[in-house]
Amino acid sequence: MNADVKGWTREQMAQRVAVDIQDGSYVNLGIGMPELVAQFIPEGREAIYHVENGLLGMGPTPEPGTEDPELINAGKKPVSAIQGAAYFHHADSFVMIRGSHIDLCILGAMQVAANGDLANWSTGSKGAIPAVGGAMDLVAGVKHIYVITQHTTRDGDPKILTECTYPLTGKGVVDRIYTNLAVIDVTPDGLVATELAPSVSLEEVQACTDAPLQAGPALTSGARS
Amino acid sequence: MINKFVDSIAASVADISDGATVMVGGFGEAGSPIELIHALIDQGARDLTVVNNNTGSGHVGLAALIENRRVSKMICSYPRTANSKVFPELFRAGEIELELVPQGTLAERIRAGGAGIPAFYTRTGVNTVLQEGKESREFDGDTFLMEHGLRADFALVKARAADRYGNLIYNKTARNFAPIMCTAATTTIVQTASLVEAGEIDPEVVVTPGIFVDRVVQVTEPAEESVLVAAGRSYP
Repeated sequence: MNADVKGWTREQMAQRVAVDIQDGSYVNLGIGMPELVAQFIPEGREAIYHVENGLLGMGPTPEPGTEDPELINAGKKPVSAIQGAAYFHHADSFVMIRGSHIDLCILGAMQVAANGDLANWSTGSKGAIPAVGGAMDLVAGVKHIYVITQHTTRDGDPKILTECTYPLTGKGVVDRIYTNLAVIDVTPDGLVATELAPSVSLEEVQACTDAPLQAGPALTSGARS
Repeated sequence: MINKFVDSIAASVADISDGATVMVGGFGEAGSPIELIHALIDQGARDLTVVNNNTGSGHVGLAALIENRRVSKMICSYPRTANSKVFPELFRAGEIELELVPQGTLAERIRAGGAGIPAFYTRTGVNTVLQEGKESREFDGDTFLMEHGLRADFALVKARAADRYGNLIYNKTARNFAPIMCTAATTTIVQTASLVEAGEIDPEVVVTPGIFVDRVVQVTEPAEESVLVAAGRSYP
């Protein structure tokens, strides 16, 4: 099965994550696909987005021509600040992260293991320039860690594994995984699929997942399109 | 009378010696004190250890300092970005040393250094390759790593406004590492877009109190790194 083209689109995945953001949450969004999530927050809910380089209250992407090179996110892209935003220095920003004041962090992944281990900073290959940024701080300190990722690599290899082969960002840190094929909870008993993308079966998802998957009690497929 | 204003940018960095440890404010281009870095290149000090979140981009600012072979070691969390070519090439050639530190640990090490705290424990990095060589200890059943406070001989930072006492305010996310670096350096050198009279900055909103600042030099219209990089500029 070509897992890359099946199931939810990137936008639908981001929309699916946004449904699970509670009203009043303080949320940190990782670089890449997680950045798509903010635009899909359901009507009537308010989340405050934390930008680790020193902003609480990130607003929408600024209109072209109104960007400020000194108002950027962790990916060094221009952002805006909402009314009621706050700026602060790096030690305070990481007090929010490391002191477990941020409710939720949504991150991309290279690999996730059945026990919640996450690898998302390095492939460990020789010659690569190691760069960790705030990833290890986020997984060590934020209350809940959600991963949003394609179910497999571009080559079709599983990214959800019995054990990560890349260097870890953190051990046993992931709570839930959102892929283009399924929503999967990390539980003490292993991975539990709670929702499937339209016209995707659990058997198909298992076929491109290295770790064993159990069916959740209310496993549904095709409910959302 | 206390007056920390310095007339010339060259004079403000004149005493940075070979082998010094220099903290440089900025996260990417936001808050990067480009004019102070360029003055340091002109000044000629070598064999520097530089503390910054990144390694600069293009061939200006911090990237130019590295490209001019003034830096023997970088202490940072994220040494590559979209336009960073200089550091990766020197690193692969084995010509520059890297101490990779998680971003929050880097910030806390600087904060601790400034607060006279020699070491502290953190959860960050436990069970990863970055815990190698570090002492660990259990508290309430969880494992924590010991990290050392970080100090520097000099800090170079960029502010939006400063008064003669060295009280500072910053611009948006350009604040980033600057306030903690000001506390952790023996000599803190600030470039500021505006110089204001004492009292013009409301004491309630002073971000860096002047006790942490030694020299203030005015750079009225600081260059934007991304503009210089897009124009293909290099320094000198």
